Amino acid sequence: MSAPVIQAEALTKRYGAALAVDNLNLTIDEGEVFGLLGPNGAGKTTTILMLLGLTEPSSGRATVAGFDPLRQPLEVKRRVGYMPDSVGFYDHLSGLANLRYTAALCGLKNVEADKRIAASLARVRLTDAAAKPVHGYSRGMRQRLAIAEILMKGASIAILDEPTGGLDPQSTREFLDLIRSLKHEGMTILLSSHLLELVQSVCDRVALFNRGRIGLEGRVDDLMRSVLGGSHVIRVEAQGADLKRVIEGAAGVAHVTETAEGFTIEAAEDVRAAVARAIIEAGGALTRLEAGHASIEDVYTRYFEGARDAA
Amino acid sequence: MRREGSALAGAGVVMMKELADNLSSARMRLLEVLVFVAGAGAVYATIGEVRNIVSEDPFVFLRIFTTAKAPLPSFVAFLGFLIPIVAIALGFDAVNSEFNRRTMSRLLAQPIYRDAMLFGKFLAGLATLAIMLTALWLFVIGLGVLLLGLPPSGEEVARAFVFLVIAVAYGGVWLALALLFSVAFRSAATAALAALSVWLLFAFFWSMLVSLAAPLIAPVDPDDVFSALHNANVVEGLSRLSPNTLFAETALAVLDPSIRALGAILSSQLEGAVKSPLPFIQSLALIWPQVTGLIACFLGLFTIAYIAFQRQEVRA
Repeated sequence: MSAPVIQAEALTKRYGAALAVDNLNLTIDEGEVFGLLGPNGAGKTTTILMLLGLTEPSSGRATVAGFDPLRQPLEVKRRVGYMPDSVGFYDHLSGLANLRYTAALCGLKNVEADKRIAASLARVRLTDAAAKPVHGYSRGMRQRLAIAEILMKGASIAILDEPTGGLDPQSTREFLDLIRSLKHEGMTILLSSHLLELVQSVCDRVALFNRGRIGLEGRVDDLMRSVLGGSHVIRVEAQGADLKRVIEGAAGVAHVTETAEGFTIEAAEDVRAAVARAIIEAGGALTRLEAGHASIEDVYTRYFEGARDAA
Repeated sequence: MRREGSALAGAGVVMMKELADNLSSARMRLLEVLVFVAGAGAVYATIGEVRNIVSEDPFVFLRIFTTAKAPLPSFVAFLGFLIPIVAIALGFDAVNSEFNRRTMSRLLAQPIYRDAMLFGKFLAGLATLAIMLTALWLFVIGLGVLLLGLPPSGEEVARAFVFLVIAVAYGGVWLALALLFSVAFRSAATAALAALSVWLLFAFFWSMLVSLAAPLIAPVDPDDVFSALHNANVVEGLSRLSPNTLFAETALAVLDPSIRALGAILSSQLEGAVKSPLPFIQSLALIWPQVTGLIACFLGLFTIAYIAFQRQEVRA
């Protein structure tokens, strides 16, 4: 089960003077869903392209499914399904014809290809739309067609770059279900996103990416504990003078962030009572106090806040 | 460091797909109509002229291709003019459209090398051009048989066939140029305009530029005959830098057996020459330097396009 399928050692990509990816180390095991998380321009896509052998690393090496993407790109690309950021198809051709073209490029024979295409289109619920030209497809349908392409190829590894970019909540949910079912079938999935919720809900492990470096890597829960210093998050709405300092003074409070609506408090335990008392005693008007779930968004905000401060 | 696997894997698949796209595109239909009307018009107009000399020329059938009847240019001149446009139309958005449609990274993530993409697209363009020119060629010969009422001889067919091959090769040069621009410019409109300006340069302005530049490089001294000869050679050399000149000279020499030399010859060289048509093989030998020039031109352009494409970043 847990042999490394994707490995990167000291992978570096330089564009002129700019470092796009800086000394990246990464290990992804078989059957894992791994999330690359970071803001736009953090080097996620460049990393993916290097893993696929579509861009040459400046230094360092990668191994995908036991092959070197630089020297054996065809072997790698045979085993990896890739869905690029804002994926495109030939608009004048039907979804079916688009998949047939890919199947032919993969060297599949017609009969076998048609069988696989039909199965994968059914899987992503595009059977009815298959004969229609792609220019009439919605964003969600295109994304599903891209997944069908990966299924049709019989890939054991899927690399999805911003898979839910531009999808409405309904399509996103369906898409996540699809990813989960692929995971159950044992597919290794690497996905990149700046959408934190997405990564939190499907990924086994995540890596936080910033300026070409992996800042943090690990299981979502572990990250929360290590970054937030506690898994309790409390959201407060209150009016009064200098409340941030007041709340920070309350017993057990680990960190306070000022938000648009009020404050977000992180703590090792439930400190609602102590916070309420501190605000009232300081003469503040407390309008809302609730326990929230710690989300990876908090980790993300905290982490990148720290990274910015350090820079 | 060697890559494993064939660089050509998938080239056939890309070619068949692009060929289907080319043949079914509205753009191509329009060009086909344009070329057929122009070709048929030119040939129909010349037939009257050609009829008058049937008894004088053993290669009268080939005259259909080369005779001009004012105000229409000859069929060969028409092709020299139209083939580049068709080739540019086939190639100007070959590579950049894949980026603009965002299909490039998805396609290159399939088990093929980039080479396959470029070769496939080029071959598909060339095949489209070849199909179109062959159809036109058969059409013109058929028209000639019908209107002249006499069939072409074996040698005439052979000469006309060589002309067809050269026409396709000439199209290949312009296709390689269009492909190069489609790699170099991300915007298809820019690529098309760039390719058309090169075409404009060679189709209209090159001869003017040559006649301006030649006296500067080789001034003619009225007292010196050799300076005039030198000037003529410079003009010839410069104008042969244009693929259009190469095509026109080649087509003319292969279609007209009475042409014994291309360019300036001295009367002393003609002394003792028997005035008879040149044998087919000799005509081929005559055009060989020009054909080599066309091939070199194509290879140069395609190689630059190939290198540029290999170095291009996949991400848009």
